[in-house]
Amino acid sequence: MNEEKEVEEQPKPIVLEKLEEHHADALLAQDETRGTVVVVVRKEQVYAVLEYLKTDSELAYTFLVDVTAVDNSRMESELMQFDYARFMVVYQLYSYQGQCRLRVKVPVHENDLSIPSVTALWKGANWLERETYDMFGINFEGHPDLRRILMPDDFEGHPLQKDYPLRGRGERESFNFDKQNA
Amino acid sequence: MQGGQERATGEKMVLSFGPQHPATHGTLRIVLELDGESVLKATPHAGYLHTGFEKLGEHLDYNQYIVVTDRMNYLSPLSNNFGYVLAVEQLLDIEVPKRCQYIRMLMAELSRVADHLLWLGTAALDLGAFSVFLYSFREREKLYSIFEKTTGARLTTSYTRIGGVLRDLYAGCEEDVHQFVSNFPKALKETHTLLTRNRIWMDRTKDVGPISPDDAISYGLTGPCLRATGVSHDIRKAEPYSSYDEVTFEVPVGTNGDAYDRYLVRMEEMIQSCGIVTQVLDNMPDGPVNLEDNKITMPNKSDAYGHIEGLIHHFKVVMDGHGVETPKGEHYCATESPNGELGFYIVSDGSGTAYRIRIRPPSFLHFQALPHMLEGGMVSDTVAVLGSLNVIAGELDR
Repeated sequence: MNEEKEVEEQPKPIVLEKLEEHHADALLAQDETRGTVVVVVRKEQVYAVLEYLKTDSELAYTFLVDVTAVDNSRMESELMQFDYARFMVVYQLYSYQGQCRLRVKVPVHENDLSIPSVTALWKGANWLERETYDMFGINFEGHPDLRRILMPDDFEGHPLQKDYPLRGRGERESFNFDKQNA
Repeated sequence: MQGGQERATGEKMVLSFGPQHPATHGTLRIVLELDGESVLKATPHAGYLHTGFEKLGEHLDYNQYIVVTDRMNYLSPLSNNFGYVLAVEQLLDIEVPKRCQYIRMLMAELSRVADHLLWLGTAALDLGAFSVFLYSFREREKLYSIFEKTTGARLTTSYTRIGGVLRDLYAGCEEDVHQFVSNFPKALKETHTLLTRNRIWMDRTKDVGPISPDDAISYGLTGPCLRATGVSHDIRKAEPYSSYDEVTFEVPVGTNGDAYDRYLVRMEEMIQSCGIVTQVLDNMPDGPVNLEDNKITMPNKSDAYGHIEGLIHHFKVVMDGHGVETPKGEHYCATESPNGELGFYIVSDGSGTAYRIRIRPPSFLHFQALPHMLEGGMVSDTVAVLGSLNVIAGELDR
């Protein structure tokens, strides 16, 4: 009984209420940790959800702080939670109007690494998505210029995947200076 | 910013600006497509200084990683140290003693001044104002002596620890800082007389590389570059971390979002930081600097050498695989670094090493917006705009 009361005392964040109202079918999970609301969204609807979060006048998450990914292949508990999706693409949003943060996470399966690009919503998403592609191999569909950004163009593999070794696969030793200079 | 299109002759020249160029202040490169002296297209290239900081974070324990944060924005390593340990501490749900919070704020604000001073000197040097460089480095040197006395290093400070700082302030630190902040506004005024109404400086920076508030937010600009457009946002005010809610300061904003406004905003921020430093010194609480939790912070030396418990705690904190462990979960913590929003996103699997650590660097997004500010301008503006953004390669490429 007491537990129920405590839950009632904490009002639900408005963003969760509105998402449940407008995009209930897209939500896979929701949580609130350390003052930040976290929602897990289905990949197919991520563009629509982010567009809604950005354009809704009451929420106005106009600032895309960061786009990155997490390779969950070495974290069994996370893997199990979302149908063994290896990657989790993470969007950090901020609302200047409400002065609050929101984290949107999208599970991505290894056999289909594509996810819609949000470059049409935020100009800054361009490089953030390029870095996520470079480091994890996530394929942002509709991205105008999806090239590597930190690693050399002819680099093979994606260094932040968990199966990529810390000291590399011998790229340093076999670096071809002659080819680079030609 | 007159467009060069009407003078187009159809002949384009491609100029590779960088990666080694005195005005890039680091290894980065811009490929400029020129028609005469007008920039038609600018393509920035990053990655020359990529060192795999995020990958390293998955292999170093939480205290070891502080050393890596020094090398991100190497103009203000103390701010990076601060932002990182704050993220870990929030993940641990601990709060450090008041004195520690004040010392960290003191160091963060002084390093903001040092960062802006270096930016000021080099940005002016790029546009030919050599004396400003000497004036600002003279002041910066005073700050670096304070940093050296406090942390033992000028650049690789590694001053913070999870749950505290390396050591308390040295005896006489408060006088040194007091002396600096009382002289500094006068010294900065000299720079104002050299630049602010200087015809050449104004011609080179006013209406150069402008960006609108909407575009700035869309590109993810933060810090002085965002505030120069007129958006009054400062994380120290919006989400006060540490003890920033106990000090008062103004958030300077610009109007045009051009290189000149970015200059003015940074100049005023230095004065505001000095104000914060004065308040911090006046209200500096007594007490311990480190959290008294032997599972997280090192015991003091007399305990470690004199008592078996102390020795065990020392051993546990230092030994590989026995150090600070965070609960399973994730956290994103943003701080207002001199360049803008510096965020650390840490995913923990419950061990002593982060499962994933992501650094959200302000410079990465600032550099991305460069073409937007350059295209349609002149070649010579490239140096002015790049200088005004203060892109730090260590943080850009991580």
